[in-house]
Amino acid sequence: MSAATLFGLCGAALVGLGLYGLIIHPQPLRKILAFNLIGSGVFLLFGVVARRGAAAGMSGDPVPQALVITGIVVAFSATALAVALLLRLFHITGQATLSPEGSKNARQKRTDSQ
Amino acid sequence: MSINFALTIVLALLVLAAAGWTVAAPDAFAAVVGFVIYGLLLALVWMSLRSVDIALTEAAIGSGVTGVLLLGAGARLRSAEEPAANERAGVALHVMAAVLCTSITAGLAVVVLILPEPAPTLAPSAAAHLAGTGLGNPVAAVLLAYRALDTLLESAVLPLALIGVWSLASDRFWGGRPGIRHRADREGVLVFLPQLLVPFGVLMGIHIVWVGADDPGGKFQGATILAAMWILTMMAGINDTPPISRRWLRGILVAGPLVFLAIGLIGFAVPGAFLAYPPGWGKPLILVIEAALTPSIAAALGLLPAGPPERAPKG
Repeated sequence: MSAATLFGLCGAALVGLGLYGLIIHPQPLRKILAFNLIGSGVFLLFGVVARRGAAAGMSGDPVPQALVITGIVVAFSATALAVALLLRLFHITGQATLSPEGSKNARQKRTDSQ
Repeated sequence: MSINFALTIVLALLVLAAAGWTVAAPDAFAAVVGFVIYGLLLALVWMSLRSVDIALTEAAIGSGVTGVLLLGAGARLRSAEEPAANERAGVALHVMAAVLCTSITAGLAVVVLILPEPAPTLAPSAAAHLAGTGLGNPVAAVLLAYRALDTLLESAVLPLALIGVWSLASDRFWGGRPGIRHRADREGVLVFLPQLLVPFGVLMGIHIVWVGADDPGGKFQGATILAAMWILTMMAGINDTPPISRRWLRGILVAGPLVFLAIGLIGFAVPGAFLAYPPGWGKPLILVIEAALTPSIAAALGLLPAGPPERAPKG
């Protein structure tokens, strides 16, 4: 087995692991982390395709490599926006939950204290 | 089995262990720390796959700046850590999620094992036209010549994300400074570190942008190092975040994408296609684009982790 295939299997495992975390964790921050794991697993699969495409004196196919660089920057932008939304939610409701009941309780608590 | 391959297996296991910790850690802060370590290990994986450009990007953005962002969020959300009892996933959901995710992993693993042989590749066509772009690094040629449209859209994503983050500010803070003011401890190590590191870091960032034309590196990697140096001075309290209403700041943020777009539009007039460079002008125009994009990317990457404005503008 080549190193590329090994890391390809690793990428496949990362996608599964990230998806698992995304499903089972109720906290939004853990979901954001898990989503980034899925993303990096997909990038790794791209990297394997790039490495296997080594030709013409290049160590890998540059097109998927460039796509991954673009992907990492876009993933960071999306993560920053998601974290900002989460912190705003926490600021307004005092809770960081996606459950509609949780935010209802928080609203209740706020009106009680007013 | 060679030592090299044994080390590769160890690296793959370490990556999986760090990812497993990120999912299974008892609290979010520990999970974020696991994620930062995971990002650094992943950079080693990219080195092992001979993708030095991606390794630099992953270490700088995927692990570094994302780490700053997530650590800040993890620290702020500590009090909201415990999920309500009715929110916890039950045993049935755990089992179903495990079955689903295992089958997806198995499916992807099969795809990896039956990838076509010989592998399809665009490397020969990238090599054939490399001389025409004036660049030596094929990844840079893809980013700035063959697929320049992707890079143009990507450079527009950063200011758009920043506008999205800023627009979450409370009305009274609009136009103010993002994030909290970090207090400087003049004797502290956090002030000493940037004093020592930032001059070298800025030099290194510019160097990586410059060599990116021919060697691994480039504007995104270099700009991230510049942004990291800026973040370091802000975290040490030497420097404060600028108020978002400043015109110079907004100018820097949009200058890069606008210059890129303008050069792309000139392509309609001279060679006759969007983002096509006139023959012989490829390298100089790419240098202009890189020079304009680097400050824009650095400013956006430095301000995204700071979040929306949290202090009212003065006066």
